[in-house]
Amino acid sequence: MRIQNHPILNFEKGEEIKFYFDGKQISAFKGETIAAALHAAGVKVLGKSLFKHRPRGFYCAIGNCSACSMVVNGEANVRTCVTMVQEGMIVETQKGKGEIL
Amino acid sequence: MKHVDIAVIGGGPAGLCAAISGASSGAKVLLMDRSEKLGGQLIKQTHMFFGSEKQYASVRGFDIADILLDKLNEYKDNIEIMNNTNVLGLYEDGVITIERNEKYEKIKPKSIVVATGASEKVLAFPNNDLPGIYGAGAVQTLMNVYGVKPGKRVLMVGAGNIGLIVSYQLMQAGVEIAAIIDASPTIGGYLVHASKIRRMGVPILTSHTVKEAIGRDCLESAVIWKLDENWNPIDGTEQEIETDVMCISVGLSPLSELLQQAECKMKYIPELGGQTVLRNENYETSVEGIYVAGDVSGVEEASSAMVEGYLAGLCAAQKIGFKHKNYNELKEDYIKQLESLRSGPIGHHIRSGIEKVMGV
Ligand code: FES
Repeated sequence: MRIQNHPILNFEKGEEIKFYFDGKQISAFKGETIAAALHAAGVKVLGKSLFKHRPRGFYCAIGNCSACSMVVNGEANVRTCVTMVQEGMIVETQKGKGEIL
Repeated sequence: MKHVDIAVIGGGPAGLCAAISGASSGAKVLLMDRSEKLGGQLIKQTHMFFGSEKQYASVRGFDIADILLDKLNEYKDNIEIMNNTNVLGLYEDGVITIERNEKYEKIKPKSIVVATGASEKVLAFPNNDLPGIYGAGAVQTLMNVYGVKPGKRVLMVGAGNIGLIVSYQLMQAGVEIAAIIDASPTIGGYLVHASKIRRMGVPILTSHTVKEAIGRDCLESAVIWKLDENWNPIDGTEQEIETDVMCISVGLSPLSELLQQAECKMKYIPELGGQTVLRNENYETSVEGIYVAGDVSGVEEASSAMVEGYLAGLCAAQKIGFKHKNYNELKEDYIKQLESLRSGPIGHHIRSGIEKVMGV
């Protein structure tokens, strides 16, 4: 859900790009974070908690809390609220701690 | 190891002003920020600021960020900017470690201004971890920086200024507000904001809190209930509100991990947001050469953060031999500006908090 008209702000969107979320292709704009792009596409669950496997979404959106950790291009624990989305990026739901190496 | 005169950690309102102030005193400043874009939380503030002219009252937050960045640019010969930089540690010997472009580096400054800001508090209730429950600032970032709506119908928890302002901004973005609730019997934010929102038909329910959130994978609804005069919930007053976004706006706490690591003396001061660093009137902490400014030194407004930044930068430079030619006048002016921002009944709790941090 993107804002179409705003009384104060004018959103200058970057170039349209594509990335993958759990194998599904999603379109996004350059200059936005992975979490913002996913949210715009209706994806709110970004991971599953370690022990109880409860759904996890972002919380602070500015890099403070790590609630938004996902696996990005194979690397776990990437804070997707402060990581910019890129063409062809492979983003996956993170289950638990993720593989470190 | 990289050597600089002053290292400023954090490029929000306080950090930007500290860098400008240090550089204008003649020191070489290194300004570090974890984001791509400097300005901290100013870049998502679409509302006009209060305060006086000196703190850019009536100017919108994101425009203030641009004004400060222009000023910073005037001193570009004295300021090195490192964005996309995560500060990892601040050690007892004054060494700062950072991660930048996936590389680990060390920095040894002569003095340091920590301006890391604050983080949003959470609220305890069953299912408070469901996706769809976000900090109010997170929602503001999502809609004002990225142009993405958080959802369809919001329950705002907290009627302080942030809760009220973000609710208004949500409506500007075309999102419905189901209600604003606050556990306190009175509205914490400015009444001008509250009446504007009420006129738009949004109920503000004081003495109400969240009983639980409901939803399978994401938030679907929330149950709220009323509190009695002793802040205990009253059985039978439950109401279920259909909502896909709950915004938590119950205050901020200083992001003080680096200061704690450097062993600066801390104290629990609820008026200033929780664990707060002790300091003197120059904003120097108990560890010589480590200064603080902005929300990390006690949660207030962006206007006071800017003035604190100027003051801390000025003093951090003076400490290492870069005394601004108008040092005395400037210092006196900054102290006066802070006093006036904290004056009156609204500044009462801030003033009482500050009394407790002073004296190292
Ligand atoms: S949501 Fe807090 S770090 Fe990303």
